[in-house]
Parts: sequence; C-alpha cells; structure tokens
Amino acid sequence: MNGLLIDYNFCTGCHSCEMACKVEHGFAQGEWGIKLTQQGPDQLADGSWEYNYIPTPTDRCDLCADRVKEGRLPTCVHHCQGLCMYYGPVEDLARQMTSSHMVLFTPCEQ
Amino acid sequence: MRQGMNPDLYREEWQWQEGDVTVTRSCQWSGPGCHQGCNVLFYTKDNKLVKIEGDPRSPVNDGRLCMRCLAMVEAVNHPDRILHPLRRVGERGENKWEEITMDEAYAIIAEKAREVTEEYGPKSIVTGIGTGRNATWQTSSLAFAGFRTPNDTAGMLSGDCCYTPRLQAMNAIFGSDFIADCAQLSAERFDDPEYRRPDVILNWACNPVVSNADGFFGHWIIDCMQHGSKLFVVDPRVTWMAAHADIFLQLRPGTDAAVALGICNIMIQEKLYDQDFCDKWVYGMEALAERAALYTPEVVEKISWVPAAKIVEAARYLGQAGTVALQWGLPLDETKWAVGASLAVAAVEVLTGSIDVPGGFVNVKYGHVQSDIRENICKGMGKQVREGRLGDGKYALRTVGFGPHSMGDDILLAMETGEPYPIKMGFLCSTNTFINMAGESKRVYEAWQKVPFVVVCDLFMTPTAVGCADIVLPIAMGCERWGIRAWFTPLRAINKILQAGDARGDEQIMLELGQILNPDMFFWDDVLEMNEFLMKNLSSMPFDMTWDELQEKTLVYPKFQYRKYETGDMRFDHQPGFNTTTGRIELYCTMYDSAGIDPLPHFKEPTCSPISHPEEAEEFPFVLTTGRRSWEFFHSEHRQLKSMREFHPWPLCEINDQDAAELGIKDGDWVYLENQFGKCKQKAMVTPGQLKGTIMAEHGWWFPERSGKLADGLFGAFDSNINCLTVQNDMATSGYGSSYKTQMCKVYKVTDGTEPKGDMPENVGRDQYEIVNR
Repeated sequence: MNGLLIDYNFCTGCHSCEMACKVEHGFAQGEWGIKLTQQGPDQLADGSWEYNYIPTPTDRCDLCADRVKEGRLPTCVHHCQGLCMYYGPVEDLARQMTSSHMVLFTPCEQ
Repeated sequence: MRQGMNPDLYREEWQWQEGDVTVTRSCQWSGPGCHQGCNVLFYTKDNKLVKIEGDPRSPVNDGRLCMRCLAMVEAVNHPDRILHPLRRVGERGENKWEEITMDEAYAIIAEKAREVTEEYGPKSIVTGIGTGRNATWQTSSLAFAGFRTPNDTAGMLSGDCCYTPRLQAMNAIFGSDFIADCAQLSAERFDDPEYRRPDVILNWACNPVVSNADGFFGHWIIDCMQHGSKLFVVDPRVTWMAAHADIFLQLRPGTDAAVALGICNIMIQEKLYDQDFCDKWVYGMEALAERAALYTPEVVEKISWVPAAKIVEAARYLGQAGTVALQWGLPLDETKWAVGASLAVAAVEVLTGSIDVPGGFVNVKYGHVQSDIRENICKGMGKQVREGRLGDGKYALRTVGFGPHSMGDDILLAMETGEPYPIKMGFLCSTNTFINMAGESKRVYEAWQKVPFVVVCDLFMTPTAVGCADIVLPIAMGCERWGIRAWFTPLRAINKILQAGDARGDEQIMLELGQILNPDMFFWDDVLEMNEFLMKNLSSMPFDMTWDELQEKTLVYPKFQYRKYETGDMRFDHQPGFNTTTGRIELYCTMYDSAGIDPLPHFKEPTCSPISHPEEAEEFPFVLTTGRRSWEFFHSEHRQLKSMREFHPWPLCEINDQDAAELGIKDGDWVYLENQFGKCKQKAMVTPGQLKGTIMAEHGWWFPERSGKLADGLFGAFDSNINCLTVQNDMATSGYGSSYKTQMCKVYKVTDGTEPKGDMPENVGRDQYEIVNR
C-alpha cells in the first residue's frame, strides 16, 4: 500500500497542497482532497510557542492515481513548498520516520 | 532535477509536445505578480492555458509552487479580464467604456502628451508602476526617454518605503547590496562544495515564507532548516517561523532600531562580536559602541516592550551562533526613521562577521537592475531630463542622487497645489495606487481627480481604473509576454506562449509608445531585441549571450564568488575592501555625515505612537500596523479569483485575545478600525499570537464582486482599505521611509448593520464593467 508521509516540522501552512489538489481534481467550493489542520499559536508553560500545521488527506484523496500512472508524483507532494511531503510504499515511508512531528497517512487502497 | 521526478515528463528542452498539449518552461514573474519569479511549466492546448506545474528542473523552486501560481489557469482564463483598450464613456466613476484599438489608444495618449508638453512642459506628466512588474523599470524608462519627464513613482508609495531604504543603507555602509545566502546562488545549491548552510537565519521584520519579498523565495529558509539551520525571529506577531525559532523577540512595531542597538550594545560590551573581522574591515566601531551604550537592556525594554533579559539572551545567542544570514523585511522601510533602523539591523549582522561568506550575508552585484536598465535606455537623454524632478533638493539623500523614483509624496503635493508645477497627465502601469501603495487613500483618489488625463494599464478593472482613468490599456499575464528575469540569480527567460486579445506586457507597451513619442531612443524592432540588448548591457552583471541561448537554457547561473572584499572584486578600483570611502564597512557612514544626516544607527519614536502622543493614545490605545502578506493575494491582486476568496473571503485584522476579551470582540466579528485620519472595517481574527496592545490589519482590500460605479462605492474601495488610516508625507529628513506601519487606532464592533453578511461574499469571482459598443 502507498501512503503520504508528512514531516510537519517543516509544514509552514502554505496551502499549496490543498490548492494543487483542488486544481488537479477540479473540486468545487467546499470540496477538499486534503485539508490543513492548525494547532496554535499556543504558549506553553516554558514560554515557547506551539504552532503546527498538518495537512490531512480526505476520502476524496486518490493519491493522484492518474498522475502516478503517468509517472508523476501526487500533485500535493510535487508542489509542497516546505518539501515535507513524501509519497511511496508505506514500508519505505515508515523507515523514514526518524524524528518527532511526522505522520504517515494511508488515505486509500492504492 | 529534483529527486524522484521523471526526466521523461520534465524535460530539459524549453518546449515540447505531450500529445496535443504543448509544454513550455518559463518563469512566472508578473502578472499577476510577485517578487519571486518561480520556474513553471505552462501546458497549453488550442491557444489556451490548461495546466500549470512547478518546473522540477529549476533549482530556484525545485518544482514547488505557491497557491497563487497554482491558480494561474483561473486567472489567465478569467472572463472579466481587460483584453482590449477602453476609452471612458460618461464621467469618471460611471464604469462605462468604449472599446477602441491599440493604435487609437496610442494616438490619443501621444496627442495628450504633446498638448501637455507644449502647454506646461513634459514634467507635468507623471508615470507610475506597481511593485513586482518585472523589476518595474518600464514606466521610468518610458518617462525619461519617451515623455521626457523624471516624475515616475511606485504607485505614490510614500518615501519609497519598499526595499529602497534598506538598499540605501546598504549602499552607505557596504557600498553595495547584500542578501541572505540560503543556497540560492548556485545551481548545485546545497551540493555545491563551496557552500555551507547558515548556522542561524536572522529573520528580522519579515515573514518570508508568505511574502517572498525582495526576490527571495521564503521557503529557501525552510530548505536551510532541513539542513540544520536555526531561526532567530524579530516580529510583533507569533508567526509559524517565530514559533519555530530558538530566539523570538516580540517587539512593538517601529522599535526595531532600539532592539538592534540593544543587541549591539551587549555584543560589544561582552566582546561577543567577531573581533578579528571588525578590527580589519569595520570603520566606526568606537562610535557605534558609544551610540549603542545608550541602549541598555532596560532602556530597550521600555521602548520596545521586549523584556530586558531577552535582549541579553538574544545578544549572547548571536555572539556564539557561528555563521548568521540576515533576511530582513519591509517593516524597516515602513517606519519613518527607516534608514537609521536599517543601519541598526545591518550593524547586528556585521558584528557577527558573517559577511560575504557561504551561508552569510553576501554581496550581489545585480540588486539595482531597475535603475541599471533605465539608465541604459535613457543614456542619450542628457542631464536636463532629470532636472526639476519632484522632491529633489528637499531631502538629504535625494539631493545626492540615489533612488529610482521621483518622490510620490511630492507628486501628490504638486497634483494638489500645482506647485512647483501642475500635473496634467498620468500614466499608471499595473498599479492600483490608492487601494494599495499609497497611504491616505481618499486624499490620493481626490488628487487624481485634479489630473485631467489619466491612463491606467492593468489586468482587471480596478478602483484606480474606474475612479481615475480616461484610457485603460490591457496588460498581458505572465504566459503572454516576453521577458527576462534579471533581478538576482539566476537569469531566467520569460516565454510568450499565448496572445489574449490586445493584451501586452508592460515592456511592449513601453516600447510601442516610446517608438511613437521618441523613436530615436526606442530603436529596437521588438521586445525580444530590446531584452537581449538590456541583458548584454547590464552595467552590474552583463550576460554575454543571445536571447535564443537564454531561452534554450531557461535559466543561467553566473559563477558566484565569496569574500570579494579580500580579492578586490567588490570595489570600483579593484583594491581589496568594501566599496566605500574608507574601504571598510562604515558603521559610521561618512557619506551620511557629508549629507548632513545621522551617520550612525539610530532610533526615534514614530510620529504617532502611545509614547510620542500619550494624550491621543487615550482615545486610540492600540498600535496599528499593517501590510503583512497573505498566502492568497499579492497586494491588491487576486481578489476576483474564486479559489483565493474561498481560502480568504474577507479582510482580517489580528487582535490579541486578552485585548479582544476586554472589548467584547469575538473571533470573526466585524470591527471598525478608526484613528485621527479615518476608519475602515475588517473581520477580527482573535489570537494570542498578536502582541498585546497592537493590531495587525491587512492591506490591499477592495471587492471586485461589488459594483464598480463611484455612486455604489467604487468596488468598495474605501470600505476595508487600511490606507484610510495611514498618511503620506511623513518621512525622515533623508527622504526615505514612511509611517505606514506605525499608526494608532481604536477598535470596536460594527453595530450599524453595514457589515457584510455570511462566510463568503456574494458574486465572488466577478469583476465587471460596462462596454457600450460590444
């Protein structure tokens, strides 16, 4: 099975994944194949700030099956400005999970 | 080529076929605009743009794109684009037009220019351009060489408060321009054997991942973070970058100079600066130490609201940081004492010693492409064209000749008073002036009503066009124009693939009008020939190649040299050192000394602040700042794109959660922002990330989905326009800077029923105007 690995240490919340996905699939207003969630800004007891974005694929995500068949990357991975999204077999992606703040999604049976 | 990308689908040629689709590699600079110029792949079919992707072969952006470029198909194919020249029918503000031909439009413009020149002289013609328009040299070149007037303005921008004050400061202390080295100067990027990433990125007064300002792709910083760089952030807001920084100083807007001097003070006192470097290459250390000593941590806390202990911690952190790259921003320019603030922040960077070294603050020779190209085109015009330029002689640094533009503030005064001479014609290219760059919106709108003939060139019908224009010319989008991207590395080709109606690039309009107005100065047959000439004759960095060669390569990196102050590559006489009078970095600027302004980094209170005007602060208790960028919009652009408005339907102002609670304001409430100069309404975004006592309000707002008629509000031009609360003509004696980002205001809920209803505006995606002869 293939999945999406997000290293959200470097997700700046730029919305490129969401927009690329909407354009690629022709989604209407209110329809999303991937959606950002935002945590913070929230000040912790030690004075530091938590402020994270995590893009979350929805059930509309097909991991860009047509693009992948052509030999392209899913468009969210291609256009991610933080270069923090990875596509591939989940076993390979799991091996890349070497730090905190990473999440592996398996949005569909592709 | 980015790893994991298919070389058969992302090819090396500049153009190829995929079935019935043509794929073209190009650079999207403008319009719609931005400062960055990412490399893109345009997919076209049957003369229509059908898809855009980031070009993974380009080391500039590695295939990445922001959401605005991803919306390019929607923008290029937008049904309300202006595609033919329009002549006003009826009064200004009726938004009623007649389509005419380009030849007719040019003839009208040339005839008006002749009339104005004969009756009042050529200097009564003013040109203007918006930021990001392919380095914005087109209207100033047309002004000098075509209309024979020196009065070009960046959309009436007060005190040229966009990068120019920082460039001015850098010229004074280094004799040249410097930028943060985030591996963007070599095609090999992080694999270049000479390169090493910064240890710390000193991210002062900017949020580059959103703004991509000054030709700097913000996510280059994220690339560095992925390679181990740490962040040091100075900002009134908790941005994502601030939250990910080792050191974050949350300061009151407009107090950057005091914070920087406070850091300098500790670094010097505790000998945390690079002493070897400063002993050898810096002039004025003692004077700086004396000035900085006034800014003890306690003094700085009082001024900036940053705790004294944080200042000390920050200085000690920088003192042992290693290589530090300064990436700084517009808020320094948009304070009244912009030059002094820029000197102060530059001084912090100099003390780290990370000057012109890999991963540091490095010298580039091509920061002034705008003036370079204009000087090239206008070479034959002689000195007299520059004489009598509005604002000259009035400000210390404008007298000695710096700055590409005439002073927008003095153009405004001349429009209003007719002194020293009247303004009778305006030629505005890609600037929505009183919605965006100009402060004091209504005043600027009114002033344009006194100018009898105005041409506006733009992509869409804007409040500036409806409110001021007699002729509107259609502007081409990025894929519809030939161009060169020659601002910072690499040199990039901009390919014309499509033709939309009569739309033309700013360069083509300049050339075609120039050929009518003064054919001797515009001797090129077409834009390609002109661009090739300009590229080969850049005085700072000439490229010895033909256009065809550039197009074939798509982008070209000149070899970058570090430590040029050791080799003599930085000075005009090729001796080692910096390009200044003393040959050193002048933290005491001898040039400023002779110009009669403070030669040292300096802080002064903003004109309007709770400290300078405590009595007014009782009524207007908040520090109002503005201008932070949104992902969805480039200044006043993109408001007519449905996609962008879904992400960002309404104007937002950020307010601290405790402040909001005290005022009974909830997240999403419409509020009035009001001060001595005016008011506007925006939606409150309540967040603990906004510094208590300050408000950040968005700029550039108008509503193309509403009626454009003046009687109906000119597309809501003054409803949510934050420049109803800012002023013109409040710059320092140097002639640089403005107070756009340092005003005061009060905030209260809209209860008069005038607030827009709903989560999404009605008619979004519309941008209409009436054409009587279609």
